[in-house]
Amino acid sequence: MSGTSAREEILARVREALGQTGGEPRGDEPGDAAGGPCAYRAASGLDEDALVELLVDRLVDYKARVEVVEPDRLAEAIRTRLEGKRFVVPEGLPAAWLDPSLEESKVTDSREARIGVELLDELDAVVTSSAVSIAETGTIVLDGSPDQGRRAISLVPDHHVCVVPVETIVGIVPEGFTRLDATRPLTLISGPSATSDIELERVEGVHGPRTLDVLIVR
Amino acid sequence: MTAVSLGMPALPPRGFGNISAVEPFPDAAHRELGNAQLRANLAHATHTIRDKRLRVVSELPDWEALRDAGSAIKAEAMSRLPELLAQFEEQFTARGGKVHWARDASEANRIAEELIRATGSQDVVKVKSMATQEIGLNEYLEARGISAFETDLAELIVQLGHDKPSHILVPAIHRNRTEIRDIFLREMPDVDPELTDEPRRLAMAARAHLRKKFLSAKVAISGANFGIAETGTLGVVESEGNGRMCVTLPETLITIMGIEKVLPRAQDLEVFMQLLPRSSTGERMNPYTSLWTGATPGDGPQNVHVILLDNGRTRALADRHGRSALHCIRCSACMNVCPVYERTGGHAYGSTYPGPIGAILSPLLTGVEAEENASLPYASSLCGACFDACPVKINIPEILVYLRGEDVEAKHGRGQAAGPNDGSPRKGSGRRRGLPTQMDVAMGAASWALTSGNRLGLLEKGLPVARALAGRDRKISRLPGLAAGWTQSRDVPAPPPESFRNWWKKRERGAADDHTDSGGTR
Amino acid sequence: MKIALFATCIVDAMYPRVAQATVQILERLGHEVVFPAGQACCGQMHLNSGYFREALPVVENHVRAFEGGFDSGEYDVAVAPSGSCVASVKHQHSMVARWAEERGVRRAGGGSGATLEARANAVGERTYELSQLLTDVLGITDASAQLGSYLPGTITYHPSCHGMRLLRLGDRPLSLLRTVEALDVVALPEAEQCCGFGGTFSVKNADVSSAMLADKVDSICATGASACAGGDVSCLMHIGGGLSREGRTSADGTPVRTVHLAEVLASTREDPLRFDGELALAGGAR
Repeated sequence: MSGTSAREEILARVREALGQTGGEPRGDEPGDAAGGPCAYRAASGLDEDALVELLVDRLVDYKARVEVVEPDRLAEAIRTRLEGKRFVVPEGLPAAWLDPSLEESKVTDSREARIGVELLDELDAVVTSSAVSIAETGTIVLDGSPDQGRRAISLVPDHHVCVVPVETIVGIVPEGFTRLDATRPLTLISGPSATSDIELERVEGVHGPRTLDVLIVR
Repeated sequence: MTAVSLGMPALPPRGFGNISAVEPFPDAAHRELGNAQLRANLAHATHTIRDKRLRVVSELPDWEALRDAGSAIKAEAMSRLPELLAQFEEQFTARGGKVHWARDASEANRIAEELIRATGSQDVVKVKSMATQEIGLNEYLEARGISAFETDLAELIVQLGHDKPSHILVPAIHRNRTEIRDIFLREMPDVDPELTDEPRRLAMAARAHLRKKFLSAKVAISGANFGIAETGTLGVVESEGNGRMCVTLPETLITIMGIEKVLPRAQDLEVFMQLLPRSSTGERMNPYTSLWTGATPGDGPQNVHVILLDNGRTRALADRHGRSALHCIRCSACMNVCPVYERTGGHAYGSTYPGPIGAILSPLLTGVEAEENASLPYASSLCGACFDACPVKINIPEILVYLRGEDVEAKHGRGQAAGPNDGSPRKGSGRRRGLPTQMDVAMGAASWALTSGNRLGLLEKGLPVARALAGRDRKISRLPGLAAGWTQSRDVPAPPPESFRNWWKKRERGAADDHTDSGGTR
Repeated sequence: MKIALFATCIVDAMYPRVAQATVQILERLGHEVVFPAGQACCGQMHLNSGYFREALPVVENHVRAFEGGFDSGEYDVAVAPSGSCVASVKHQHSMVARWAEERGVRRAGGGSGATLEARANAVGERTYELSQLLTDVLGITDASAQLGSYLPGTITYHPSCHGMRLLRLGDRPLSLLRTVEALDVVALPEAEQCCGFGGTFSVKNADVSSAMLADKVDSICATGASACAGGDVSCLMHIGGGLSREGRTSADGTPVRTVHLAEVLASTREDPLRFDGELALAGGAR
């Protein structure tokens, strides 16, 4: 294959194109060129009450189902959402979150012991935790940690019950990315799947989970 | 005028593929304007999205600072491109991915085909990707017995309708719900014959149609919204979950990314993930964004490739006045606010990239002296709405004007596409040298007349004659030649009996005679 | 204040009444108006059509015509009754100068040792669009009280693109119109949509231009106003040409017209704006 030579040739073209025109001055941080470094907001300054209120507002706007629950009520909240359903959980999901009555209908997945997509497709729901949530945009981020699992398990089942510990909520997008490691497999979720492809009107529920249930633990 | 050749090296080669107009824009526009259904669909869709965008943009107190930051990061990325590409390659490779380089469309297609063949699979699922539209990957694979299934709803509508995309975000924007239902009824084998045109029902039909494909696909092809040099991370921004399906479930993932999509740092995402969703779908955040770095053991595709595509991008980069077109993050805000796009739709532009950004990007990728794209820079009234809407502040109107200048120079055989300090005809340019056009003659004459007050004053002596020609109704309804385009829909008022210049002169003389003139021509 | 009038070529040759109105307004305020005789055109049409080579001498002429008076103190600022021509002077002249520099296109020099770009910028910095000059420099907040502006009737206003987006005129023109005595200003739907003129765009892409014009004409007529005001006679000629071709009339059967901001502001109780001897906004409700 012509790989190496294409690489050298393209890089040479780029150098030549830049050399012909002179490079723009380089900045070292985003936003350097205008108004000093980070002229945009780096933090929201909101307190916990305000963060929770904003996140709830944004999630509801996306037609997600949201409830704020106290830690000792979490297992009960999860149980009521999974009643009569077969569901998958990642191996690292805290055992205390699942009511013992759900044991029968539960399947556990891990990177080492992966559930095939056919089985995943037969399951009704998935329960995961989450890494970071961004209040202003109503975005929940999964990063593949053991309590969130492989990307496939939170994608194929049609109902995603997602737990958001209050300490993982930040105000705005830059605060969110500060907490994330880009080398992990990241999935940013803002409401259930949706499309605007027909006359630019938003319709919720396409290929990803059509129901997103968020439980904010506080 | 001096003309000194500095022996500049040849420009990087042009790009190929679906980046060219197939007929002059005015001809294509004439045809598309005749389609009343298209006009109605486009007006409805563009107005909907404009209002949504304005609403979510006005929510952010730091929107302008974010635009500045986005623009600065892109400029930095372009200026450090060789270094950033090498760093991206190193990081992506270190984390288990494989990097390929493609000089042009056909090389990228060939590499993709080889990678697919190596898996033994005869079909692939695809995430909506402008790069693959640009290189014509689907058609290429189809001709070689490999089926590529589009999974984005709008791309699916286009593919099932044997149609072409007309918008970079919503490729089926030219179709309304009823047309979409009819396509589904005709083309989807297992569709419910009672399907209505309710968008929700249509989306569900697409879900059912694609479900098996997603679960059984062995190979997926995607584009990328970003490639992070620092970490070797790729990102896809989407809404429906078809992107997540494609980048998660198959064993093999092949991503085709233009070399200009590289960003220096992961931190830069904090800027673009605010700019992009609000500018494109008019949402605070798109439903799903996937970021992956090479292969993650036990999670997602284990056979992960990226093809880095030039296809004219270095050509555009060499044009110092046009290079910022490469900052484009494909949000489509410019076309959604463009009065020309709103009326002609995307097909009139011929290229995969329509609208204002397409009118500069397509000729920059092919070189404006490529005759097929020479009419695109004129497809704008220069109203500037696109510049205001652009999240990375690409000065599209100014680049349009520069490209018109390059076109005029090329037509007169006196131009070169981009190089500075060189007025001499360059090898490979000036092919289009021809007889002066009506426009050339008019511009030359007007330039002569407008280069001195005396000359203009002299010409204005003819105003009374012209006024007399306009006749009693004081208007001119038909003009010959070039000006016939004007009188096709507009009258020209009768010229005034005298110019302002003349009136002023008389008034000054009168003032010297202590005479005041209260009149004028009103 | 001594003010140089840049009439612009199209106003000079086709709409002298707009320049006359500009003179009247400024003189009414007690300012001295000068008309630099060497002026002709800003070169925008050439430049926006890609004819940089042909634009260059036009730009040089403009710079030459105006810079002397600034230097000698003959006038302090220049004003033009056109957003797009002022935008061209402020933003595009330096672009032409740079283009010529890069291409090595040189012409006979213009006096001082300064580059054309620097000279063009110096002229551009002191050139104002009419509503800009009136509000920002001359402090006009009430056209009726300060200018005696009076015009009975109903009017709407189209903000031309270059004034709106390149000069960021904002609501300056509208705020002046709103303070004209006896004048009703009604909002134009989709006001910020381009009218479709675009210089040679109107002939090169005549079909698209006409389609944009048709929508603008419909928007104007939907307001019920008897005229549409604007700050650029080129756009007004285009819009007016469309209104005339379609024979659009207001409720009382008089043709719907276009009128320049300067003409409205110059209109007074003693000498109200007239077209063909008739009160301009005869169709107005008063």
